[in-house]
Amino acid sequence: MLTLKNIHWTLPDGEEILKGIDLTVQTGKLTIVTGPNGGGKTSIAKLVSGLEHPTSGEIWLDDVDITDKNITERAKLGVSYAFQQPVRFKGLTVRDLLMLAAGGELPEHRLCSILGKVGLCTQDYIDREVNASLSGGEIKRIEIATVLARKDRKLAIFDEPEAGIDLWSFAGLVDVFERLKKKGTETLLVISHQERLLNIADEIVVVADGKVRAAGPREEILPQLLADEKVGSCPIGKEIQSDE
Amino acid sequence: MNKVTEEILREVSDWNGKEFDGAFNIRENGQCAGVRSTENIRIEPKEGGRGIDIYIAPGTKKENVYIPACVTVGNIDDVVYNDFHVGENADVTIIAGCGVHSDGEGEARHNGIHRFLLDRGAHVVYKEKHIGSGTGVGLRKIDPVTDVELAEDAVLEMETLQIRGVDRTTRTTRGVLKDRARLIIHESIMTDGEEYAKTDFEVDMQGEDSAVDLISRSVARDHSYQEYHSKILGNNRCTGHSECDAILVGEGKVNASPELFAGNLDAALIHEAAIGKIAGEQILKLQTLGLTEEEAEEKIIEGFLRG
Repeated sequence: MLTLKNIHWTLPDGEEILKGIDLTVQTGKLTIVTGPNGGGKTSIAKLVSGLEHPTSGEIWLDDVDITDKNITERAKLGVSYAFQQPVRFKGLTVRDLLMLAAGGELPEHRLCSILGKVGLCTQDYIDREVNASLSGGEIKRIEIATVLARKDRKLAIFDEPEAGIDLWSFAGLVDVFERLKKKGTETLLVISHQERLLNIADEIVVVADGKVRAAGPREEILPQLLADEKVGSCPIGKEIQSDE
Repeated sequence: MNKVTEEILREVSDWNGKEFDGAFNIRENGQCAGVRSTENIRIEPKEGGRGIDIYIAPGTKKENVYIPACVTVGNIDDVVYNDFHVGENADVTIIAGCGVHSDGEGEARHNGIHRFLLDRGAHVVYKEKHIGSGTGVGLRKIDPVTDVELAEDAVLEMETLQIRGVDRTTRTTRGVLKDRARLIIHESIMTDGEEYAKTDFEVDMQGEDSAVDLISRSVARDHSYQEYHSKILGNNRCTGHSECDAILVGEGKVNASPELFAGNLDAALIHEAAIGKIAGEQILKLQTLGLTEEEAEEKIIEGFLRG
């Protein structure tokens, strides 16, 4: 279970990005964080994975306070993070990256299974460099695969996993999340605007202007989000307006 | 062979401690420490012991030739002239590692002057790995000079690697390519401490549809300094590509100066260069996989040099 308690994050120039986030993400559930661009969703992912540190507040993974732990320590505790903008590496191959993610050798059948889940053929990709020769969609799938390759995952964070992925492969991606959910052994936090992903969420959290605007079961939150979308207003728009 | 030579051989030329699987010539401190010819590959000493001629018979296929050179003590300046005469349509691999070792104040230097004379249709993979070792303050230097002449349809693939311990190196490679000949060079160099490395390529594509591909990957750490200069001359319908990528760590410095000369309307020449520190996001990504910052940096450099 992931718990964020009154998280504030202010940049050195004084800009307040997160303004008191309280959030609980249950183990075995798929929680999707959504909301307008620039609202603070990726900031939450970065703070949880340790890429950034909050100005105040606490972050707990199960019964461990990870607020002051660095990225490596959090990774070793089971936090894994698929970046929104995947990183390219000159010289490192897909095989290298997946083995680093797994913390050691991976047999061919396991590599094949991981890449298959993100819709890539092992034979075509395993020895390719993770460099500029890969398209945006290909590198995004490899990024997701690095999370799937991690052993002893407790928390998996996917930041806009749908970005750059074609419709045909998207069905496979939905399947990946459904399978992870069904296993029920880890905490799943996905940042997404995609209705097809929102449709399989257990919980939806709407973040806007650095605050949690709404949180609850999908059945409760999604209809309201869709209604807002139809009239062209911000998600959970009235609450935002009432705050300002 | 002394112990240091044996250790160097294991590192630079895949020696298994017993024997090489092909023709070989081992040079130790300026002397021949072992030589063997095979049916298709004849190794003959030059007069005065200043080097060897290696004759590879036309049509020789999938054979290996090993010509490692080791300098294991200081106060040695070893200069050797090795000429490779590769017959028509031969297809072989040449492994030419070199190690310089010094435990004292004396300088240890190896200067291998190699000529590759490839006949029509010959294909050679040339692997060269350089290292320096020892605890002495004497400089360890390796200054290879490689002259390449490729006849029609000949192909030479050079993979050169210098990973540690060589205080000074100047690598000079010159090539002349005839019709449809191809020269492919992948160079990887890592320097640290106060080391200095200079690379100088000059390739003249005289033949129609000849091609050259120079790829240099280098890492300059600590206070080391590297210079890269490539000159590609396209004097016919040909294609030339040169790519120089360098990573700086600490106070490392790199000066890259590529040069392209097109002397023909149909010469297509490209140069790419990128110098900079390791991208912070690369380190962060590997940290999210459980590596420490130092481990992440090592993995990124290891992959970069290998790629």
